[in-house]
Amino acid sequence: MHQPGRAAEIKAIGIGKSFGTFRALHDLTLDIGRGEFLALLGPSGSGKTTFLMILAGFLPPSDGRLFSDGEDITNRPAELRSAGMVFQGYALFPHMSVEANIAFPLKVRKVPAAEIKERVAAMIERVGLKGHARKLPSQLSGGQQQRVALARALVFQPGVLLLDEPFSALDKSLRGQMQAEVKRLHEETGTTFVFVTHDQSEALALASRIAIFNHGELLQVGTPGEVYDRPASRFVAEFLGEINMLPLTDVRKDNGSMTGLCEDRPVTLRGSQDVTGDALLAVRPEYMTIRNEASPGENGVSATTVGTTYLGSATKLDLLTKQGTKLSVSVPNDVAANALGSSNPIWLTWPAERGILLAR
Amino acid sequence: MAPLLLFLAVAYLWPFLGVVKWSFTLPEPGLGQYGAVLTDPLVQSVFIRTLRICLIVTLVSVVAAYAITVVWVRGTPTQRMLAEFCILVPFWISVLTRAFGWVALLSNRGLINTWLQSIGFISEPLALVRNELGVIIGMTHFLIPFAVFPLASAMRNLDDRVLLAARGMGASRTRTFWSVFVPMTMSGIIGSALIVFVFALGFFVTPAILGGGRSVMVAELVYLRIFQSPDWGLGSAISVVLVLFVGALMALLFRYVRPRQMV
Repeated sequence: MHQPGRAAEIKAIGIGKSFGTFRALHDLTLDIGRGEFLALLGPSGSGKTTFLMILAGFLPPSDGRLFSDGEDITNRPAELRSAGMVFQGYALFPHMSVEANIAFPLKVRKVPAAEIKERVAAMIERVGLKGHARKLPSQLSGGQQQRVALARALVFQPGVLLLDEPFSALDKSLRGQMQAEVKRLHEETGTTFVFVTHDQSEALALASRIAIFNHGELLQVGTPGEVYDRPASRFVAEFLGEINMLPLTDVRKDNGSMTGLCEDRPVTLRGSQDVTGDALLAVRPEYMTIRNEASPGENGVSATTVGTTYLGSATKLDLLTKQGTKLSVSVPNDVAANALGSSNPIWLTWPAERGILLAR
Repeated sequence: MAPLLLFLAVAYLWPFLGVVKWSFTLPEPGLGQYGAVLTDPLVQSVFIRTLRICLIVTLVSVVAAYAITVVWVRGTPTQRMLAEFCILVPFWISVLTRAFGWVALLSNRGLINTWLQSIGFISEPLALVRNELGVIIGMTHFLIPFAVFPLASAMRNLDDRVLLAARGMGASRTRTFWSVFVPMTMSGIIGSALIVFVFALGFFVTPAILGGGRSVMVAELVYLRIFQSPDWGLGSAISVVLVLFVGALMALLFRYVRPRQMV
């Protein structure tokens, strides 16, 4: 059995889930480390919530095994798993006060009444709900309800806290505040946190690792930096933010780096990959520099400005290369003014280590 | 709306006001009949029996309806179909037919007693009908379907995630049922109990047939006072008391359960 207060280590091996003929999740293998803050990121219907429900024990997997601290928990019912869960919409008990909601998991565990009182009071204090203990959930704001849900899920010191789209119902300013709060609770409790989101910026900002899902498959797992800078597939590259894609031809290995032709101009990339012939070159727009000329041997592509969007802090330029590839970059407002006024076409250049080679 | 109100006024309110008038004027003007309602031992015993029967019927009906509704709302598709069938079929059979059906089942030479005697389980027939037990069985059977609808609406409005949440926090199925499911469907339980109780108070045909004249309820007493012994004043006073009581219960019903939650 799980010892209260100790973060759990979870291992999923070959997990699959089918609903009739629909495959919601396919052959998922993933290690969730003790005390890590893992984001399950993907568009709706990608299987991320299905996986969370399997972790919680609310859905039995169709294939595969699930281990917690080395114990096989695949067939263990939800009530014996000791996972805290924060539901989308919070799922608070509407007929119970804030206090009673938070005390519920302790009462179920037959914790002595005096200890329940003490721990509930401490938890209420910790999530900043002092003075609201006797209120019903319906008398609280969205952010306060969220805090009750967090308190209720953490009060019994679960090995893992599962959060299903925890911030989607909150407005933008409150969302930032609650994100900071959840991050603080993670640091304070040291518990393993797993949260589902479809918002890439939320995943990048909060998680220590991100698992990216699409069409029921786990595509890539890594730290925010890894998945952002070294996406393994086109989907991951595009899902995690703005990125420019350029077709490459004649790709080959060359002395520990890669070369190819981009719009008939040689470009180089760092690292060695098993890709030859036609491929895609992906570069995040923030790594691209606007120039009047590209020096020989430098990675670059020439393009014409076809539109600008003023964003306040910067200006977004929409560009079109000679061969018709659309690119966009955000540049400081004064650079944008210069770029428009000077030579057209302009050049976009980038350092070799910022180029990402993807299969086409 | 206006024609409906007019119809209700002409068809119910006007005659009822006539009954109110009789209760104060027959056989002589005054409050004498209300005094009799409060003191007459026969009237008192009928009121007490009516309350007792109605409370038992309400309790049994709501508990049984709760079980049926859980199956109807949360069961597998086959279970749902069966439950729906059981709930709807009674509505197609008249109350009179059902009462005589119960007599055929429960009487001394009825199906149940003859079967129990033939297998040697009992030697003398059980007194299942022409007494309070028969009345309770017949009324409960009639009222269960009416108790189902407020419960079903309460159960349908319940967010499944709340039940999952309870299970995820370590609560067993039984615990989840008693500390989350039942309290969260309380509005349905109250609505259902009040509907059954109010209906039960006015029952006439079922107690008249299954009670066999030995277990008279209020509605039958009114009938007896009006049609068999010429005591219209007392009959009217009993009716007025019954209507006021039902009115008070209805007020409670609408206070605790908003009408839209009931269907």
